[in-house]
Amino acid sequence: MSKQLIFTGARVIDPARNIDQVMDIGVKDGVFADPAELKDAEIIDLSGYVLAPGFIDIHVHLRQPGKTGAETIHTGTKAAAAGGFTAVVAMPNTSPCADNPGTIQLIRDCAAREGVVKVLPCGAMSKNLAGEEMAGIGGLKSAGVVALSDDGKCIQNHELMRHVVEYSRTFSLPILDHCEDKILASGGVMHEGYWSVFLGMKGMSPAAEEIMVARDAIFARMSDWKIHIQHVSCKGAIETVRNARKDGIKISAEATPHHIALTDVEIKKFDTNYKMNPPLRSEEDRIALIEALKDGTVTVIATDHAPHTETDKTVEFDYAPFGIIGLETAVNVCMTELYHKGHLTLPQLISKFTEGPADVLGLPMGTLENGRAADITILAPDEKGVVDSSKFFSKSRNTPFNGYEYTGCAAATIVDGKCVFSRIDALSAE
Amino acid sequence: MNNTPWTRKDLLSLYDLTKEEIVFILDTAEEFKKVSQRKIKKVPALRGKTVVNLFVEPSTRTRISFELAEQRLSADIINIAADASSLRKGETLLDTIKNIEALQADLIVMRHSAAGAPNFLAPRVRCGIVNAGDGAHSHPTQALLDIFTMREKFGRIEGLNVSIIGDILHSRVARSDMWGLLKLGANVTFAGPSTLVPREFIKAGVRVCDNLKDALVGADVVNLLRIQHERQRSGFFPSTGEYAKVFGLNSDSMKYIKPDALIMHPGPINRDVELSSALADCPQSVILEQVTNGLAVRMAVLFLVAGCLK
Repeated sequence: MSKQLIFTGARVIDPARNIDQVMDIGVKDGVFADPAELKDAEIIDLSGYVLAPGFIDIHVHLRQPGKTGAETIHTGTKAAAAGGFTAVVAMPNTSPCADNPGTIQLIRDCAAREGVVKVLPCGAMSKNLAGEEMAGIGGLKSAGVVALSDDGKCIQNHELMRHVVEYSRTFSLPILDHCEDKILASGGVMHEGYWSVFLGMKGMSPAAEEIMVARDAIFARMSDWKIHIQHVSCKGAIETVRNARKDGIKISAEATPHHIALTDVEIKKFDTNYKMNPPLRSEEDRIALIEALKDGTVTVIATDHAPHTETDKTVEFDYAPFGIIGLETAVNVCMTELYHKGHLTLPQLISKFTEGPADVLGLPMGTLENGRAADITILAPDEKGVVDSSKFFSKSRNTPFNGYEYTGCAAATIVDGKCVFSRIDALSAE
Repeated sequence: MNNTPWTRKDLLSLYDLTKEEIVFILDTAEEFKKVSQRKIKKVPALRGKTVVNLFVEPSTRTRISFELAEQRLSADIINIAADASSLRKGETLLDTIKNIEALQADLIVMRHSAAGAPNFLAPRVRCGIVNAGDGAHSHPTQALLDIFTMREKFGRIEGLNVSIIGDILHSRVARSDMWGLLKLGANVTFAGPSTLVPREFIKAGVRVCDNLKDALVGADVVNLLRIQHERQRSGFFPSTGEYAKVFGLNSDSMKYIKPDALIMHPGPINRDVELSSALADCPQSVILEQVTNGLAVRMAVLFLVAGCLK
């Protein structure tokens, strides 16, 4: 691909700058540039497509180092590219866990070598994710982490959590918190509600999530610092976020495609591809989540891409690990469930993948502004298809969306001006 | 027994069955009950078939009942207990079952602590799966023997008022009874400490009571569930002593039930906790008849599913 490009004919949507019109987008040496100033640019016709800022998935498990049988930085970022993402935030629950600069460096080196899209490492809040002692946050910042999280292992000690939130403000590192009271949720394998009662399975009470979200709202207020609620899933927790945001507290929240599309009724199939944490909730919760996406309470969509091997997942429901993959289905599912069902406009939906996560991270990303890195996601908003997990680039297959009929998907992914994935004839991946 | 409406190679849960299928099992069980009353109690119905009893969770009464039912049907039997199996060596359940299947077993009777374990296996294997209890999910043969016993006594199920009392939350018996009884037209009431009786059951058409009296008045059948001591440690109720006082069936609370009401219990009984010792042995108690009927019901189930193997 030449150093100068002009994308023409596409409907350009850049929610951060309120742009939604057919216009030319120029790229020079990997950054956005005014097309009028480009002399020898290759012209690429994208008529019929939507051109958006590169999608950012703020919640991904790449499993490297430690569990490379399920995913690697290479396969995970390839899956991200195929799903339309130009950057992913890599959660720290690797092995060894990302609670130290050395592991962060290892991840960054590997990503530089084998990564297909940008990998933004997230550091641990506590040492070894044990929730007992604060991790070396200053060192993690120097090593290049973009956020802090004990994902999956919510810090139960409120005093430690309070100190972590206060201390991270010094380093401008947002907190990404998986909110779960471990005692209330202990032993649970699905949402506590109608279906857990009928199936006789141990439920995870929504109270376990609500209590920790309320705690986080309190600490975000006290510390005047950013806490982002990962995969918010229940009505009560959403209400807490909504009220806190109204009060000007620096709290934000993400929704996953599976919580947007599915509910706990699926568990009656005993298919472990429906087992994740937080669990699929009730229809009432699902509707509340869509409402929260509409009114701006939830500003981010993230996948919680959690690869597990087939061996690990092909067991009794109680014994299966939590988590499903999502990078290669997120855009398809959200275009279908949110845009085509009339809940969100395209600019609103795109904002959840671009402006929303960029705001949480406080990074200059998620917009097509000249001078910024030329990360682009091209969408085919009306293309129909069926998800076929056997064709995934991810190393794992643990998805509940195999066979899902979608309308709308990613058509090409461009990182720093280089096409890394494309299903468009006019644009070929390098 | 031609023209069978039975077409399943597995019995997983009464939730899956139609009213007609449940009635057909009960009718078949009646025939097998007669077999157990003969001088020679054995029939050749499963001769040449191999049945594996895989008990991943310990069980005494259900395992013995199945084993005897298999012997009465002339099946070849293999018993596997979890402690002695490769599951303890890290083999997956699916691999264990595949190995059993490679030995040309025809039926697997399985008890498992994880809800849905038989549902997970059934579509993945050729042999038939009979659920002998999976977690708190389902225990279809227990419910069938409960319903069989009620039908034998009252001649019908439709319109019967059945109250099930105790730890409903953790009970696969309560759930299976509920599905079977509701499908056959009975009125089902659940009662017990409110921490152990989820109100979600109301949505299925069950009446949920917080006190014993409401559950006993007008009941034709009172089915008492064992209170498990480990629940007390989890803080669901303060003590078994308090439980016995508030929710136990004893001479005090007995005055609320009809004189011809049946007292049932899936066993094992904790005497003087959920049921006073005197009442366990009183004429209204059909607890041992349940055990006898369990044999007939399990013979019927094994016979029917074996007839549907490919």
